[in-house]
Amino acid sequence: MSTTAMPQQPDLMSRPVPGLGGFNLTMLKLEVRRLLRNRRTMIFTMIMPVVFYLIFGMTIPAGKQSLGAGSHGNVSAYILISMALYGAVLATSSGGAMVSIERSQGWSRQLRLTPLSPVAYIAVKMLAAMTLGAASVLAVYVVGLITSQANMPLAQWILTAFAVWIGSLMFAAFGLFMGYLLPTENVMQVQSFALVIFAFAGGLFVDLTAMPGWYQTVAQFTPIWGLNELVHAPVSGGVDNWAWVNVAAWLAIFVAGAAWRFRKDTARV
Amino acid sequence: MTTNDTYAVQRPRRSIAGGTPLAIDLRGAHKRFGDVHAVKGIDLTIRSGEIVAFLGPNGAGKTTTIDMILGLSQPDEGSSEIFGMAPHLAIRRGLVSAVMQTGGLLSDYTVEETCRFTASLFSNTRPVEEVLARAGITELADRRVGKCSGGEKQRLRFALALLSDPALILLDEPTTGMDVEGRREFWKAIRADAQQGRTVVFATHYLEEADAYADRIILVRRGEIVADGTAGQIKSLASGRTVRATLPGADEATLRSIPGADSIEIRGDTVLVHSGDSDKVAHHLLTTTNAHDLEITARGLEEAFIALTGDDKTTEETR
Repeated sequence: MSTTAMPQQPDLMSRPVPGLGGFNLTMLKLEVRRLLRNRRTMIFTMIMPVVFYLIFGMTIPAGKQSLGAGSHGNVSAYILISMALYGAVLATSSGGAMVSIERSQGWSRQLRLTPLSPVAYIAVKMLAAMTLGAASVLAVYVVGLITSQANMPLAQWILTAFAVWIGSLMFAAFGLFMGYLLPTENVMQVQSFALVIFAFAGGLFVDLTAMPGWYQTVAQFTPIWGLNELVHAPVSGGVDNWAWVNVAAWLAIFVAGAAWRFRKDTARV
Repeated sequence: MTTNDTYAVQRPRRSIAGGTPLAIDLRGAHKRFGDVHAVKGIDLTIRSGEIVAFLGPNGAGKTTTIDMILGLSQPDEGSSEIFGMAPHLAIRRGLVSAVMQTGGLLSDYTVEETCRFTASLFSNTRPVEEVLARAGITELADRRVGKCSGGEKQRLRFALALLSDPALILLDEPTTGMDVEGRREFWKAIRADAQQGRTVVFATHYLEEADAYADRIILVRRGEIVADGTAGQIKSLASGRTVRATLPGADEATLRSIPGADSIEIRGDTVLVHSGDSDKVAHHLLTTTNAHDLEITARGLEEAFIALTGDDKTTEETR
């Protein structure tokens, strides 16, 4: 081969570096499409919460629909919010946990041969997870509207939907943490199992006020409790201030954990 | 034949050759994994436009060296530059790409989606259709990566490597797992591509591949470069002969000083001298020593390559 004729040579140095660390919408779109394509993810995050609502939210006798004084909705609406939160949390955490599969398939390593910065990569993962979370919330709320058992003012419909969606971002961090921590075959199972436990412990699947005192005390230290309290606040009409502390603490733990594993993963060995 | 000269044909380190920085400038790279000293001081200078084979048996340290060139792993000692800049800066500009041996693909994307995803990350890229065509996988565009064969995945990796229109491509054992036909197709594509002036460096343990496709072959063995030259030079080096003679009381030092001797072995009264110039060795043995019963045998190309890069005792004697 001739070592002269090099068409690319003159502009070698003038080649531009992409902005935003390589972040772009094409990539985000492809990532969301890939998430939606996964049948298991779809069943867990879209169909299951809806079915749960139909089973638990639609079977409340008219006489037992009252949430008590100062509330802005009925028990069906309360359960609707719970199921939407469950779906959203599953969606965002499985979005975050995608990193586990990508690491095991060597994709993360391949991406290191591109201009994509690790921070842009995480941002895309988060946004994709949030998109899936939004779809999950939407699915439950649309079914709730159509079946017209859930009753709350319009503002509450909107407010709680947003609260659930934004709040579930916390579990995108949880998913990332787990994704970096656990080997791929197990991550989704471990995570779904953990979330079911959290959901029971935090009062998402059970009525905490009907539980024994020790249960209620333990509940306050589990990761979903605070978020559960907060997203229901517009309907229940009041919030335990410890809920904020709970959310802040668990968010800090998840973010710190994810950042720790992430840094370890991207360190050049 | 001047066998001695082909050993480590040292190329001058020209940081700026006619204003063009070296495509690869790896200096004094060392890498240890626990007790294993995988790379023991490799210097690599590769100029723009060269097609270089990085030839050696499995475990010679080829992949480790490529990882260090690309900055995927940090050398314990030494440094790497690509076109005069740190590897990650060259990567960000899309100046260098690599086809890795395994992995690196997501099974639930289609071939075309994988390309579009990768393309979206760079500032300037070739059209996806073009790289698919050049890698010969246009008809696979809509296939899920998970459903592609090993050879098809390898061609997809090659297509991805072409996207940023890099000035340098590194390929690590690119044809592993391909059948003969797939291998020929793959090299056809690479060859066509290199004709446009791209610098190509590929690691391989197939002597024939290095011979057929490289302008320059760098032989590595156990983390060190043992020879560096054109295919012809390496071949003449590798295809020397062995002179066997009976010589009682031979000592190593004397034998080593025989002109043209590359390596020696003493087995009792028998001595074996490997040389690229067996005539000279034979002449020397017959005229200046008491050697008798001379036998000259040619080593096969493959056998010689194994001797050169293998771990047997004879090569240990190599100067």
